[in-house]
Amino acid sequence: MDIFIKMVYAAISILVATLYGLLLVGTVHKIYARVHRRIGPPVWQPILDIIQTHGRKVATSHGIMFFLGPVFRLAGGMGTYLFIPVIYGSVVFSNYSMAGDLLLVMYFIFFGQLGMALGAGEGGHPYSPLGIARGLSQMSTFELPFSLAVISIAIQYNTLNITSIVAAQQGGMLNWTLFTNPLAVIAAMISLLGMNMHSPFSLVLAPQEIPIGPPIEMNGSFLGILQTNRALFASAKLVLFMNLFFGGATNLPIMMLKTFCIYLFSVFIGAAFPRFRPEQSFRFFLRVPTLIGILSVIIIAYF
Amino acid sequence: MKEIINKLKNMVNVLKVVEKHPDLFFITLDKEQLVMALGYLKHTLEFKHLAFLQAVDYLEDNKFMLTYMIYNYELKVNLGINVFIDREEHTMFSIHQLWAHAWQYQRELHEMFGIDFPDSPRVNEAFILESWDEMPPMKRDFDTLAYSQKTYYQRPGRETSDPKEKMKDAKYPNYPESPKIRRDDE
Amino acid sequence: MNNKDLKEIEKQMKLANEGLPEIERDLFADDRPSRIEPLNKYLEQFLNWARARSLWILAFGTGCGAIELRPLMTARFDAFRYGIAGRPTPRQANVFIIGGYASLKTIKRIVRSYEQMQGPKYVIALGSCTINGGMYYDSYNTINRIDHYIPVDTYVTGCMPRPEALIAGFNRLKEKIQAGECDGMNKYADNFDWYKANQKRIIKDWNMPDYNW
Repeated sequence: MDIFIKMVYAAISILVATLYGLLLVGTVHKIYARVHRRIGPPVWQPILDIIQTHGRKVATSHGIMFFLGPVFRLAGGMGTYLFIPVIYGSVVFSNYSMAGDLLLVMYFIFFGQLGMALGAGEGGHPYSPLGIARGLSQMSTFELPFSLAVISIAIQYNTLNITSIVAAQQGGMLNWTLFTNPLAVIAAMISLLGMNMHSPFSLVLAPQEIPIGPPIEMNGSFLGILQTNRALFASAKLVLFMNLFFGGATNLPIMMLKTFCIYLFSVFIGAAFPRFRPEQSFRFFLRVPTLIGILSVIIIAYF
Repeated sequence: MKEIINKLKNMVNVLKVVEKHPDLFFITLDKEQLVMALGYLKHTLEFKHLAFLQAVDYLEDNKFMLTYMIYNYELKVNLGINVFIDREEHTMFSIHQLWAHAWQYQRELHEMFGIDFPDSPRVNEAFILESWDEMPPMKRDFDTLAYSQKTYYQRPGRETSDPKEKMKDAKYPNYPESPKIRRDDE
Repeated sequence: MNNKDLKEIEKQMKLANEGLPEIERDLFADDRPSRIEPLNKYLEQFLNWARARSLWILAFGTGCGAIELRPLMTARFDAFRYGIAGRPTPRQANVFIIGGYASLKTIKRIVRSYEQMQGPKYVIALGSCTINGGMYYDSYNTINRIDHYIPVDTYVTGCMPRPEALIAGFNRLKEKIQAGECDGMNKYADNFDWYKANQKRIIKDWNMPDYNW
């Protein structure tokens, strides 16, 4: 019986996270519009877009893998989300977190991309493999500083369980990893820029170079699933970062406030900087952020 | 500029020289001597740039006039070279050896006027009129209105209202006819 | 009618793709577009409400009118506040703006892009040239009436119409979508033979599939 209640809770949690992610995307559109001195679309525009894409009457498919691509992507997003405890101490929002789940989450972050790579290539459009090549290369590079940061905090807290990491940060702001291990946080936040794929690192969807990259052949519901996943995945990543570095959250408003602030960090940088070329982006991640990550591991392990 | 034209006159048979402007001259040459003259102008007299190559259909004289507009960066002068070719023969020497980009102009002229340029690369490819099977449309004996009515669907109820006539009728019906201003052509 | 006749009729209903080389014919669909009925009333109303608020333009400037689409997205006119956004691929777009005159060479691309769009899809014809040829009514290379080649939902007159006029056109389109009157996709499927005959009459070297999904 327990497992069914757990499933209901997980469903609620996924729904909330998706809605929150969609509104977050809408808010970001609004912020971008204000930076451009426009009025901008309403914040619920992404939800309308998803309804519209699902409301298409026909959809072109290019075979089974083409179907499975978006499904894998959504599975990756959901998997990432389901193994992260969203709110510390809450029953509904604790999801399926367990011991050693940090490694599983890191695996799931990669999983969706790989599934998408298989599916989008089936479309046959030359821009999709181009986008996938860029996306996977960039992913391998920003994963490096992020992994180093994770290793660093694993040494610091002596555990890979996210719930324990959050528990260790409770009791005041100065217990956050942000203050106990600042170098790891810097490395991870830089890799978050790459993960969120906002402007300096928006290589995959690069609208003026390879018009929207991998999902170029995706239409109708396929695109709707991808958009849903983008929202869910974004909120999952933000919650993960909040848990690891910013002390987690004990209730929903605090969670929203913290994740929104983390997201704003990459949005502001995105609104201010133009796009890197692929090789510039890869080299950027492999230089300073990686060094900071290594430094944080050395400091935490030996000092 | 006079000097240049005198030099040219020593070499080829210059039929006519017109000075439109201190830095814009038009000369008329023989068809056979054109390529030689252009080569001389490019390599010796420093007219490095071919600005454009165009054709005009003189239906009444039964001739095409080709204009090669070239430019000298040192003296900052334009020189237009007119060549008349026969409308029925419509074959012209290609100049893509002198200016590589001339092939594109020649391709366009081939499509729009039906002028042949033997040896010009890709001259038979469609420029903008894919699957065109009528007479070249820029020839003046091509009736474009009739073709349009025959091929495309006209929407009924089309009115023309010349703004000048309309305003005159509406506001100044008794206004005397103004004398027509005529530009004196050559 | 026996089974063989049925099969024969079925074969005739298939598209031959005769414009393509033999080896490529199988790569494209040979099914004709079919009519798709709307869902039940309230669901369709809800979807139309959402569709009217999320218009994705195909970023394909077919003529001089495309120059009016750029200021539409900038700070002065800001069409994004109405949910109007650009999409780079016909697969994802649902609004096609025919920007001004369509020449012989462009109509080919217009037909191909239009057919690749996933329904429900809407067409806004921008400028006088798309309505009756405008100032190019006697040109050898300008299609006079675009609605003989693809179904059109809204016209915006003018030469050139300003972006305000285009936004007014979008608002008209929204009203029509919300009322459920924009049915260009089914219109195209119903009158497929007529549209194809018109298209093939002017595109003499038909070297593309008869209908491409």
